[in-house]
Amino acid sequence: MAKVVVVTSGKGGVGKTTSTAAIGAALAQRNERTVVVDFDVGLRNLDLVMGAERRVVYDLVNVIQGDAKLPQALIRDKRLETLFLLPASQTRDKDSLTPEGVERVINDLKKHFDWIICDSPAGIERGATLAMRHADMAIVVANPEVSSVRDSDRIIGLLDSKTLKAELGERMEKHLLLTRYDSMRADRGDMLKVDDVLEILSIPLLGIIPESTDVLRASNIGAPVTLADNRSAPAMAYFDAVRRLTGEPVPIAIPGDRRSLFGKIFGRRAA
Amino acid sequence: MSFLRFFGKQRSAPLARERLQILLAHERSPAGSDLVSLLREEILAVIARHVQVDQDKVCVKMDRDENVSVLEIDVELPLDAVVKAA
Repeated sequence: MAKVVVVTSGKGGVGKTTSTAAIGAALAQRNERTVVVDFDVGLRNLDLVMGAERRVVYDLVNVIQGDAKLPQALIRDKRLETLFLLPASQTRDKDSLTPEGVERVINDLKKHFDWIICDSPAGIERGATLAMRHADMAIVVANPEVSSVRDSDRIIGLLDSKTLKAELGERMEKHLLLTRYDSMRADRGDMLKVDDVLEILSIPLLGIIPESTDVLRASNIGAPVTLADNRSAPAMAYFDAVRRLTGEPVPIAIPGDRRSLFGKIFGRRAA
Repeated sequence: MSFLRFFGKQRSAPLARERLQILLAHERSPAGSDLVSLLREEILAVIARHVQVDQDKVCVKMDRDENVSVLEIDVELPLDAVVKAA
């Protein structure tokens, strides 16, 4: 049975696209048939982060409008054969996504994949509401920072009211993915702690992704974080998050907590 | 920097947490923002029955924190206000 997951946040720049790529790749690395779908029409970037920007021929809007068949628009990853990308259109505007069209595409994808990961655009407009509309579960991406947490709260409200699941009176499964976390700054009291954010948003924690130069490096080379360097701290945090997503009970570790004494005395940043 | 930090600046995370808790408690109650506009309209209607008053000169504000809620109503009456009824 295919699972539809929306990666959403409200606020822009918190790591939705990075997380979609990393989680999609991590699922595919477990041999799950996975497609990552870019809903950010007009501002697509999932193709770039996945390193497939030069292979885009058809996109989501082409499929919705009947200009292309779904298999024509799907791009198979060069590194993982169970990973596919459905890119967004770069030239159209957000109104070219129709509720009926999105529903048809999602239902088609469900026949071929185990996981459908929808990368939501920022904001609470049409693109964002359509990306979450058909989701079975939501990953709410947040930074430990006031504006991001506030917008996440707003998005949680929309997930509980504007989705198909909510309208049917069912419970939308929501998970928090806390990104760009710096445990040293949190320990010093200069950054919201994991527990602060959890208490405020009161949804279960899927994972904590540490602030790391490996994330920028991965996007520079066009590889999901989990493929660029699968031993890096953010990659391992994403692998743990994916294990939790598939229902495995994995204890939460705060990245950067196991620092050496040397690191505690002299280190200014966690890895 | 860290020298200054120890003696000068206070920890900012607890303040962030407190501000968020107060703000979200307010934003989550769907009546929150609507209540203010509803009150504003009704208060304006009551005043307008007796005094001519400019729509923009009625200001209704609500402040809430953990311990106290304040409803502030500020009505600016024109100097030459026509009193319609005693």
